[in-house]
Amino acid sequence: MMAVVTVAIAVQGNLFAVVVLGSIYSFLMATALVALDAVDVAMTEASVGAGISTVLLLGALHLVRGEEQKPRGRPWLPLAASVVMAGVLVYGTFGLPGFSDAGAPIHQHVVPRYLNDAVRETGVPNVVTAVLASYRGYDTLGETTVVFTAGAGVIALLRRRRRDRRDGDVR
Amino acid sequence: MSAFGHFSYWITMFLLAAGLYIVIARGHLVKKLVGLSIFQTSVYLLYIAPGKLVGGTAPIISDKFTVYSNPLPHVLILTAIVVGIATLALGLALVVRIREAYGSAEEDEILAQDERAARDARAT
Amino acid sequence: MRNYLVLRVVAKIMIPFMLLYALYVQFHGDYGPGGGFQAGVIIAAAIIFYAIVFGLATARRVVPDWLVETCLAAGVLIYAGVGLVGILLGGNFLDYFVLDRDPVAGQHRGIFWVEAGVCVTVAGVMLKIFYMFAGRRREDDDA
Repeated sequence: MMAVVTVAIAVQGNLFAVVVLGSIYSFLMATALVALDAVDVAMTEASVGAGISTVLLLGALHLVRGEEQKPRGRPWLPLAASVVMAGVLVYGTFGLPGFSDAGAPIHQHVVPRYLNDAVRETGVPNVVTAVLASYRGYDTLGETTVVFTAGAGVIALLRRRRRDRRDGDVR
Repeated sequence: MSAFGHFSYWITMFLLAAGLYIVIARGHLVKKLVGLSIFQTSVYLLYIAPGKLVGGTAPIISDKFTVYSNPLPHVLILTAIVVGIATLALGLALVVRIREAYGSAEEDEILAQDERAARDARAT
Repeated sequence: MRNYLVLRVVAKIMIPFMLLYALYVQFHGDYGPGGGFQAGVIIAAAIIFYAIVFGLATARRVVPDWLVETCLAAGVLIYAGVGLVGILLGGNFLDYFVLDRDPVAGQHRGIFWVEAGVCVTVAGVMLKIFYMFAGRRREDDDA
């Protein structure tokens, strides 16, 4: 399913259709994430990917406007480059532990401590929240700062030449 | 086991390659950004999928369950999604400004205009 | 879209519940899925929905720009402030154990405020970005 939507995005020339397909893609991705037990992430992906980013893309599309031109160059070179890279990476995956391998390194190091001690140390049963806000508080602080900076950047880029800010209206 | 065991990685690689292809091959800047976000979602899968344990449940501690999926990638990707949307918005803002400056959001046209401007500058 | 009766009524019914759900996600995030990021995004989505249905000008009256811009910065400051309070109370930066006599309660309090900061920033940034994109006219429309 996701693959079909991705291919559709790649070949579709109408940008409006691309944005709507992108929204569908995000929902499918959120479903896949629920299946992978990442409920927090799925919730974020559904609201961010399918909600906000669609609105933003549509807003930007309204400002940019237009159909995509047919690519003039031959698409075979980029296609070949992508396929070769995917091939190399797939070859690389054979060195990785299989799906749901409890002995994989990812499950061995800090995670048992999080799962065993998070409730005792923080009193928060949702380990994702505990790790996000407490154990990895520095990461989240930096990340909040990045979001803030991006917002400030958008303001700086789009502020000038804003006429009639009072009656600006979306359709 | 081996064939199915790496299936999730292959999906990831396919999405990654598709996103890369869109970024390289398509000229319109908004479409490039969509391709970039597909690339990004493939990285979400790359992180989340290995953390899953079959028979495990979401990492919310409760007496009823004993096996949990790995919470650490969830945390990392949670922040990555929000940063992703913020940077996507920044990119879109840049595209809007480029469109206003050049009258086009097609990469080829922008490069052609730049070349023309460079040639004119040399001529004078 | 102001003239579509169905949309208006549905929006009026839905938006309070969306905001309520955002608060649930925010404060129940310790026990179920959810937290500051999701809550912030849902709050922003509710207001964006309002703006799409009732017009950007109306939304700007309800949630004015200065409030959004204050939120933008306030969230980061709340987050950093939690860290600084930790230092003032004799711990390390972002050390929650000293926030309360009982270390576990201190952790809980720290997580709560940190999540609040994240939520405020994310909601502010998303809303501000939307305002910026929606409030900007096409260049050739009004030339």
